[in-house]
Amino acid sequence: MTGFRRGGLRAALILGALMAGASPALAEAVLHRGNPGEPNSLDPAQISINVESFILKDLLEGLTTFNAAGEAIPGAAESWEISEDGTVYTFKLREAGKWSNGDPVTAEDFVYSLRRVQDPAVASKYANILHPIRNAKAVNAGEMKPEELGVRAVDDRTLEIVLERPTPYFLELLTHSTGLPVHRGNIEKDGAEWNRPGKLVTNGPFMLEAHIPNDSLTAAKNPHYWDAEAVKLDKVVFYPVEDQAAAVRRFEAGELDMIYNFSASDLERLRAAHGDRIRATPALNTEYYVFDNRAEPFSDARVRRALSMAIDRDFLAQEIFLGASLPTYALSPPMAGYTPAQADFAALSQFDREDQAVELMKEAGYGSGAKPLDITIRYNTNPNHERVATAIADMWKTVFGFNVTMSNQDVTSHYAYLQEGGAFQVARAGWVADYGDPENFLTLNITGNPGFNYGKYSNPDYDALIAASYDETDHEKRFQILHDAEAILMKDQPIAPLLHKAELWGLSARVKGFEDNVNNEHPSRFMSVE
Amino acid sequence: MLTFVLRRLGSAIPTLFIIVTLSFFLMRLAPGGPFNLERPLPPQIMENLNRTYGFDQPMWRQYLIYMGNVVQGDLGPSYIYRDRSVANLLGEGLGYSIKLGGLALLVALVGGVLAGLLAALRQNRPLDFLIMSGATAGVTIPNFVIGPVLVLIFSITLSWTRAGGWGTGSFRDLVLPVIALALPQLAVFARLTRGAMIEAMSADHIRTARAYGLPARSVVGTHAMRGAMLPIVSYLAPCAAGLLTGSAVVETIFAIPGVGRYFVHGALARDYTVVMGTVVLVAVFVIVFNLIVDVIYGLLDPRVRHD
Repeated sequence: MTGFRRGGLRAALILGALMAGASPALAEAVLHRGNPGEPNSLDPAQISINVESFILKDLLEGLTTFNAAGEAIPGAAESWEISEDGTVYTFKLREAGKWSNGDPVTAEDFVYSLRRVQDPAVASKYANILHPIRNAKAVNAGEMKPEELGVRAVDDRTLEIVLERPTPYFLELLTHSTGLPVHRGNIEKDGAEWNRPGKLVTNGPFMLEAHIPNDSLTAAKNPHYWDAEAVKLDKVVFYPVEDQAAAVRRFEAGELDMIYNFSASDLERLRAAHGDRIRATPALNTEYYVFDNRAEPFSDARVRRALSMAIDRDFLAQEIFLGASLPTYALSPPMAGYTPAQADFAALSQFDREDQAVELMKEAGYGSGAKPLDITIRYNTNPNHERVATAIADMWKTVFGFNVTMSNQDVTSHYAYLQEGGAFQVARAGWVADYGDPENFLTLNITGNPGFNYGKYSNPDYDALIAASYDETDHEKRFQILHDAEAILMKDQPIAPLLHKAELWGLSARVKGFEDNVNNEHPSRFMSVE
Repeated sequence: MLTFVLRRLGSAIPTLFIIVTLSFFLMRLAPGGPFNLERPLPPQIMENLNRTYGFDQPMWRQYLIYMGNVVQGDLGPSYIYRDRSVANLLGEGLGYSIKLGGLALLVALVGGVLAGLLAALRQNRPLDFLIMSGATAGVTIPNFVIGPVLVLIFSITLSWTRAGGWGTGSFRDLVLPVIALALPQLAVFARLTRGAMIEAMSADHIRTARAYGLPARSVVGTHAMRGAMLPIVSYLAPCAAGLLTGSAVVETIFAIPGVGRYFVHGALARDYTVVMGTVVLVAVFVIVFNLIVDVIYGLLDPRVRHD
């Protein structure tokens, strides 16, 4: 017994010595952050979704940026002025703004970066986000020279951006990754490998230290960052875990401090084990079904409305998504200052909705006692989409007695078919906001929207209101116009909005400074570990 | 021998050419392209992308350009991982895949042959049944089940091993993916060895050797083994080529930065060049390993000689 104790003591001493020896490393504050996948690129001109932007927004800082609560705050610019007509934005850059190599961040850097995004040879996928800038569209089409873009450096610290027309959400647009700056010398000197570790020059709170594709990306604190003193983490390691179940296992094994968008089926179990460190926050996205408005019977608004009313959204949210999605009767999710216009049947009980749906369908000449319908639901292959389609098919069968079949294709084929204008009856679609403004959702269904208006809905009243919203500079009045437009859309139901997916996050007990927010922006700059 | 190797390598070139040509056109039969995203791109942006990557050219021209580049050793850019070339992606990942696959191959070969030998020498006794049931389970339970179960036990409950990621590549980091990758192959090797060994042990020359009173070790180790190794060596070629070029399943479950995932991901995302790159890579591995195996065959079996 004594011998065992002594052995134990010795082991403890050795372990203690080892830990003491390793203490400089232990003292480092490192956040192990799960990322929803391997970034496709670390070039702000080439990226599209949060897989990349979670990382890139830690490395680079745009004119405006996000705080922990997901609100747009001054970034590389400390202040700005907007001309009275809303078309000229003058940004004052921070005096202390520096790149990770010590160079000052200048207005010229932003001129270079914004021109680069519009350069057709760069072929940026999201260049259109910044098309509100004067001549941007023409530059991007190769019809004008990049120098003709409406962006100019008045002096080292003053940047002037001129817009085509007033764009009330322009500051929101600038927070998109296409608005992030890049270092000209870095790109010109390092060529194709400019954004590799050891080469990439950053102006954000962190810099790129190491990157093993599909394994990890290490970002170390940038000592030159203007607010470096307030950055508490020494390092952030991003782990691209595309397999949601694998992410959960690594979280439970204590390897990851943060995991994002795990499967809803894990929600209950994780909540039981980790309590309020498991978060489900409503976010700016909408899951919806599109009707092919071009052909009978879906060209009849009554048929579309009746089908939409017969969908029990609470069932979908509770039974299929286990509370990790919220039912919706509007296209736009609620966001700061904007209350979406819901379909009028939102106020009814599901029981009444179904009764009215049957009546409406009869009026249109279909349903029990009238013409039967054969409906095919198209969706992209995914277990959740399949469950939703199965449930909705069953609802339409039960309520109307229709024969509903389902067909699925991989995601690329599914969207390629819809975008190329392929005929269909009902198809699944989803939209995640690029920026926090209802306009981003409501333009999807304007007449002639290339690619997005899958059902080819067309209503001149709707189009006119959306067009009018761009000329309205008053924030409140503009939202009212958009609200009125959405009311028309919900009355016509060219699409049936179903759900807003919640963003799921799991946090280890070490993580501090994480705040839930509708924009799903969680900069590491404001986080710390204990 | 040298002429044999050179002749075989020479005949690999038209094989590779046909494989690349077929995959080039088959890939493009699938609807959509690398830039058809869940959210469609505006036509003007699509135009810029198509021009940048040469998709605006007629198909035959794209093919000629691609083949011209491949001949010069350039596998092209990835259309999805836009900072990287295919050679770059595969180059970075291959080291990890080879290390993991090599370890798994070693475990599978040594473990499988030993288990098979034991089972053969204890034919129809409890140990034989135990090993063969284990081998059947190893073949039938897929590694996307074994992997997570191993993680649940050894990483989450016991905290002995890493749950995912390469880490530093230590024993603790790699033991689970190696086991998950090796188990099905280990089972195959065990079954092959057992069958071949039982057959070899009943051969005439073994009976003669036994009748002469040669020690059992010499009978089994030298005479029986030599013949029994042939089917194992034949299986070694496809097995090694498969393990060393990575497994999409194991790499995904354990977040291993290897090249196995690129084939599946590339195909789903229509990253044409990446898919072709992995096809070429796997083809080269298969060709090389088949050649190696044929050479070993010649050394083991006097009836096969490559002169």
